[in-house]
Amino acid sequence: MSTATSTSDRVADLVTSFKNNGRIVIVGGSLAGLRAAEALRDEGFNGQLTVIGDEKHEPYDRPPLSKQVLKGWVPGDHTLLPRAREVDAEWRLGVAATGLDRKTKTVRLANGDQVPYDRLLIATGVRSRPWFNKAEAGLKGLFTIRTSEDAGRLQVALAAKPKRVLIIGAGFIGSEMASVCRELGLEVTVAERAAAPLIGALGGVIARVAAEMQREAGVDLRTGVSVEKLEGDAGGHVRRAKLSDGTTLDVDVVVASLGSIRNIEWLEGAGLATGFWGVGCDAGCRAFDVNGVVTDSIFVAGDVARMPHVLYEYQFLSIEHWDNAVYQAKIAAHNMVSLEPERKPHLPLPRFWSGQFGVNIKGIGIPSFGDQLVITQGSVKDRRFAAAYGKRGRIVGAITFNHGKWLEYYEALINRSAPFPPPAPGYDAPAEMKPIPAEFPDPRTATALPTVVLTGHDPTDRAATFEPARR
Amino acid sequence: MTPKTATAEPQKSGASGSMTPEAAWVEAMKFENRPNPYRFFDELRKTPVAHVGNGVYVVTGYRELMTLAHDPRISSDMRRMKARSAAQGDPEAAAQAGTDPSLGSYGEHGNMIASDPPEHDRQRRQAMRHFGPPTTNHLIPGTEPDIRNLANQLLDTAKAKTRIDVVDDYAYPVPVMVICKILGIPLKDEPQFHAWIHDFMMGFDVTAEGASEEGKARLAKGQESMGALAKYLGDLIQSFIKQPSDAMLSKMVNDKSGPDGPMTPREALTNATLLLIAGHDSTVNTIAHCVLTVLRNPGSFELLRSRPELIPFAIEEVLRLETAVQYFPSRSATDDIEIGGTVIPKGSPVHLMYGAANRDPKRFANPNTFDPERKANEHFGWGSGIHTCFGGPLARLEVNLALETFIRRVENPRLVVDPPPYRHSNVFRGPRHLLVDYDRIRD
Repeated sequence: MSTATSTSDRVADLVTSFKNNGRIVIVGGSLAGLRAAEALRDEGFNGQLTVIGDEKHEPYDRPPLSKQVLKGWVPGDHTLLPRAREVDAEWRLGVAATGLDRKTKTVRLANGDQVPYDRLLIATGVRSRPWFNKAEAGLKGLFTIRTSEDAGRLQVALAAKPKRVLIIGAGFIGSEMASVCRELGLEVTVAERAAAPLIGALGGVIARVAAEMQREAGVDLRTGVSVEKLEGDAGGHVRRAKLSDGTTLDVDVVVASLGSIRNIEWLEGAGLATGFWGVGCDAGCRAFDVNGVVTDSIFVAGDVARMPHVLYEYQFLSIEHWDNAVYQAKIAAHNMVSLEPERKPHLPLPRFWSGQFGVNIKGIGIPSFGDQLVITQGSVKDRRFAAAYGKRGRIVGAITFNHGKWLEYYEALINRSAPFPPPAPGYDAPAEMKPIPAEFPDPRTATALPTVVLTGHDPTDRAATFEPARR
Repeated sequence: MTPKTATAEPQKSGASGSMTPEAAWVEAMKFENRPNPYRFFDELRKTPVAHVGNGVYVVTGYRELMTLAHDPRISSDMRRMKARSAAQGDPEAAAQAGTDPSLGSYGEHGNMIASDPPEHDRQRRQAMRHFGPPTTNHLIPGTEPDIRNLANQLLDTAKAKTRIDVVDDYAYPVPVMVICKILGIPLKDEPQFHAWIHDFMMGFDVTAEGASEEGKARLAKGQESMGALAKYLGDLIQSFIKQPSDAMLSKMVNDKSGPDGPMTPREALTNATLLLIAGHDSTVNTIAHCVLTVLRNPGSFELLRSRPELIPFAIEEVLRLETAVQYFPSRSATDDIEIGGTVIPKGSPVHLMYGAANRDPKRFANPNTFDPERKANEHFGWGSGIHTCFGGPLARLEVNLALETFIRRVENPRLVVDPPPYRHSNVFRGPRHLLVDYDRIRD
């Protein structure tokens, strides 16, 4: 019998041993956390698997919350995610993670428990941004939407036929909710600080189409205004809203749809590259420490992650899209149980969709990375069209309104950084395909946050000392 | 246990060595190779987008096909191809190049399979409103009891025997009954239009065999029969305009409430022809191929009987392996298109070979293996892009109910002949007969 064990044999033994005896902890029990847990088992990880989630529910799907749930088609607690496979895991749901100690490799829980890990996946996602005025935030009839409880409560409020609903913020979620209100026959005002709905994600040209859709559907859309004050009645129920243009609205239901906040507070003091845009990681989902040095045992996936992307000048992206969570979770899971030569990059072409005012909106790539736009197919007037976004002569994104079947074409163009404007279609194209400015607002203005955000170059551009956020 | 190693069809020995794309294409389309064109598709796929002579390009790579199926520089408007060929002053070459007159009303006036946006989109909306969600929610699910009853009746009839022709005695009657009922075509006329459609299929051949003397004779007969079918359906449409009914075809020409208004009688005729042919022929071929594939792969019948929840996945796998519409010769390039190392020149006919791309080993591991548990089985059995099978949701229901009933009730089925005799068409591919012996039919 040979005594010489080759290096590759020893490495293979290490991997086998980790797969059989290792401990993996996933913090975050939603879409990314569930898909990562399933993928780990698919990858042959047979060790101890713990999923920690602050919500008490099994993992559920959030896209229906602003649509089918609010319409009353589906109860708020009936959107559990389908399971791709059995996952033998310890589910610690309803108890939040409150701390991370990288020296002892333990996650601290709100109930005081310490959960040890060999490898950790951070998938804590985002929460909805609360109403800024704490005194007003307690008013009855004021809602935000992120969780199934949020959606369930708001559905009840809408079903009670309020005289007027005020939606503050006209991003995708706010616009979808306005659409639902009109379908339910409710009067609805949308107040948006920027010049038009969806402007952060799609730019001013397409945003004007979205604005027309809202107004044609009977939405009282008010742009370039902010809501400065909410007032309640004697019972503490919201009744009036004061706008920055001096007008006052009588309202019974207010939904603050102000974007999201990344759930990173629990990582305070852990020495990771955390910040406003989430937890920085490499394209292999490995978290960066505060110095921008990659860690070996901590991985990130989903809304809370920000990672560099080769197609977008290696800028760091924070992508709050459904399929990003799914794919990043799978890549993270693979890399958690693989050694260097087998590791894969997460280089998604972001895809997103929305349904509003009878129009199916689907996009691919990162429109907001571009500065020019060209309508390539169909008719804007009929709300059936495709448009491509470009930057410096190459295509970086595309959006379709009721034209989603063409998305794969643009996907192939973006994947190979094809020239912009793209070649003219053989039919159903505008007479002249002339690129025009896409009219994105300055991303530094504190409004109109798109759901894909370019967060600047390498974290070492920033100070390497960590200043904890004040809470 | 799933039998994962069995092959999906008997392999003939003596395959090809290295062939030119042109030679591989000729072989793949030959009638004698209809039971197994796949080894020639493998040859073709060495050049995923290949020129095969007469200016025709065929696409056999999965990724390349996916890209071209979504490329707005690929047109499905056959009038475009014709006009161009005529302008080039070479009608003979035009016919050779795939602009085949045998399409008759199938392509002549641009029904939805043979037209481009915005006309295509409008026609599809005008038809879909009366077929599926969100406007028509219950039509497709509502066919389930009839399908189940008929499938059971057909097997009841087979109780007295121990041999069945799965094509004629089981697969054919179900979709024909359903499509006639949905469109509003009297089922009693079935023998008549069955013969017409048979002639059309025989003549529908854009390849070398179609250009032969016999091919031209078949083409002439097909054109004559398509004329008769057009007359029949045209009269039916006129009767619906005079006296509307609840049938889909009647609603298509009488719709006053939809955003696009009613379809013109002319467009309704070309689309009715399409729906009638596609609505039953491809479904028949798929049901027959399902039974063939399950019986040809040892252990599969037992697997699906013990785990019927796998039947829907088995059907998708059969669609991948034995794609009912192998390609549709309507497409051409509106511009020079560079893809897969090839430049398709503007104006060239482009055949998207679904059945070939469905076995691309770069996309599907063990592509020739029938695996009802295959993951992420995104095959092209229903096409891809805006022309994705209009009737797919109905066909899925029909095939599921037919296969499920067959598997549950037929005891110890065995193939009598493998491979079975095939239909002539290289576009609509399926067995002409499929004889199966069995011990008995369960109740």
